[in-house]
Amino acid sequence: MIEVNRKGEVWVFAEQHNGQLEDTPIELMSKARHLADILGVQLAAAVLGDNVKELAGKMIHYGADKVYLVDDPLLGVYQTNSYAKVIYDLIHKYEPQIVLYGATTAGRDLAPRIASATKAGLTADCTDLQIGDHETVKDKKVHKNLLFQIRPAFGGNIVATIINLARWPQMATVREGVMPAPEADTKRSGKIIEEKAALSRQDLPLEILEEHKRPKKVDLKASRIIVAGGAGVGSKDNFKLIWDLANCLGAAPAATRAAVDLGFIDHDHQVGQTGTTVRPSLYIAVGISGAIQHQAGMSQSQKIVAINNDPDAPILNIAHYKIVGDLNEVVPIMIKSIKEKGIKD
Amino acid sequence: MGYNCVVLIKQVPDTKKITGDVMNDDGTVKRSALPAIFNPEDLNALELALEIKDRFGGHITVITMGLPAASAVLRDSLFRGADEAILVTDRRCAASDTLATSYILSCAVKKLDYDIVLCGRQAIDGDTAQVGPQLAEKLGVTQITYVEELIGLDGSTITAQRNIGNGWQQVKAELPVLVTVMGVANEPRVAAAKMMMKYKKALTPFEVEGKIKAENREAGEADIKELAEHKCSKLVEKGLLIKQWDLDVLEADLDWCGQSGSPTKVHRIQSVVLAAKESKEVEPNAKGISDMIHELIEEKTIA
Repeated sequence: MIEVNRKGEVWVFAEQHNGQLEDTPIELMSKARHLADILGVQLAAAVLGDNVKELAGKMIHYGADKVYLVDDPLLGVYQTNSYAKVIYDLIHKYEPQIVLYGATTAGRDLAPRIASATKAGLTADCTDLQIGDHETVKDKKVHKNLLFQIRPAFGGNIVATIINLARWPQMATVREGVMPAPEADTKRSGKIIEEKAALSRQDLPLEILEEHKRPKKVDLKASRIIVAGGAGVGSKDNFKLIWDLANCLGAAPAATRAAVDLGFIDHDHQVGQTGTTVRPSLYIAVGISGAIQHQAGMSQSQKIVAINNDPDAPILNIAHYKIVGDLNEVVPIMIKSIKEKGIKD
Repeated sequence: MGYNCVVLIKQVPDTKKITGDVMNDDGTVKRSALPAIFNPEDLNALELALEIKDRFGGHITVITMGLPAASAVLRDSLFRGADEAILVTDRRCAASDTLATSYILSCAVKKLDYDIVLCGRQAIDGDTAQVGPQLAEKLGVTQITYVEELIGLDGSTITAQRNIGNGWQQVKAELPVLVTVMGVANEPRVAAAKMMMKYKKALTPFEVEGKIKAENREAGEADIKELAEHKCSKLVEKGLLIKQWDLDVLEADLDWCGQSGSPTKVHRIQSVVLAAKESKEVEPNAKGISDMIHELIEEKTIA
């Protein structure tokens, strides 16, 4: 743990695998830049790996003023203990006020280990971050410029704002896909600070025997239009309606957790709290009641069309176009209408 | 051979059953209005421990930290085949965040012999997935998170397959380890009738006292205490006493427990009410839909 350090920097852990930066830390950079500017401190990225100097330059292009680069063959493959030790050492040397991680599998494996070792706070799976003041109830003391760590809780039914008053750094993991990635600015320059890793073989307790990457069947985050089906679609056969509507719009087919659990479509297509978070230009929700867990993953879509035969379905409350009707009639009319207008076949 | 497994479980409100009726006006949730259940992925952790015991032998201890009523999930674990159950309960645990919780649990686990500590990947009330890794750090053991499958155990090492988000990897590590288990890892067995018959009478000292109070309404405090102690010792003989540990038993440093041990605080809670800024009702017929498609094309939402 470090003391409250108002001059401390804002840090982003630049998670990479095989020399490839993950999307989430990049997405984090525009928000982190914003936080650092409000606080009037520098934004730094921590780049760990083997032969990853090039990534340090990239993080500067994405908005970092500074990069702490730890380049060591022992960091070639991610392991909890080795990465946790290096970041722990960096935190205690430089005392940043904020450290952010992507809520990826590795980020959610790593950040709590570091938090426990530093005895600092950590908030999981944030969907937004802000700077704000907090007044403690007991002594009416105002703590200025704290990191507001905003996250859904209770299955997405409430949104909690979490703070960390004393035992810093203020740390959070941030959900994939909730923040728009900044454009790389190749003209930006920054400082690269090379640090040594104090690691031994003991910090690598895992023997990695085998690894298989499974490319996602669909890239929902990159899709401008998404057509999603819920349990209301009824059957896997009937889910063909979703595919057909998606095809004629050049859209990606997606689904709720309920539809995935019923076997209508593969988990890669799942939107929502336990699936992918999306923010497309157009989201067409078909036979989706709109559980809060699903809304958490799609409510930031620019336009939402909802088709449901239940006029009380919660999804209709957030839809820009509400169609109360039988999806088996409405979807074919939509397909016909789109084809007539010759959009894309 | 055989392995000592310690399984950490949590009783959680069934967040799937949340409706408007269980929300307070200030946006908080009426926990008491929701059914309390065995956290789903903790059942997968228990099942993995039971599979290890079935294949290699050993001993399974189940621990939960919570209110006295959390004994229900401990009994459920005994019904499914756990050997021993421990309830960690103490008012001073209240308001613990994940860091304080992991500290308290580490004090409990350190009192036991263990080869493998098992947790569910995450609990459905908080979805943080933090207590497992934090506990591993406090115990100073290797963590293997997101376990999908146990590949093998050979006395001194474990091999497991873990999910890495966009694929999987198989890793091998020296024991002891802490694993966090995913829902896909297995299909939890149901309670065994024989075990239910045996363990339905298993009680915590807290429950014993409550029962004796109810049965002897006229009795004084000293009498109740004596009767309770007698009953507890009888349960111990039959292997039916669920251990109950407070922070004194754990010899925990109170600075690291509850509110004082928790660096994170809640600034604000809001209930989620989402609504579109402007919305239109579209008739479910050719005219209504055609007009909508036309608008979406005009504004270039559909290219």
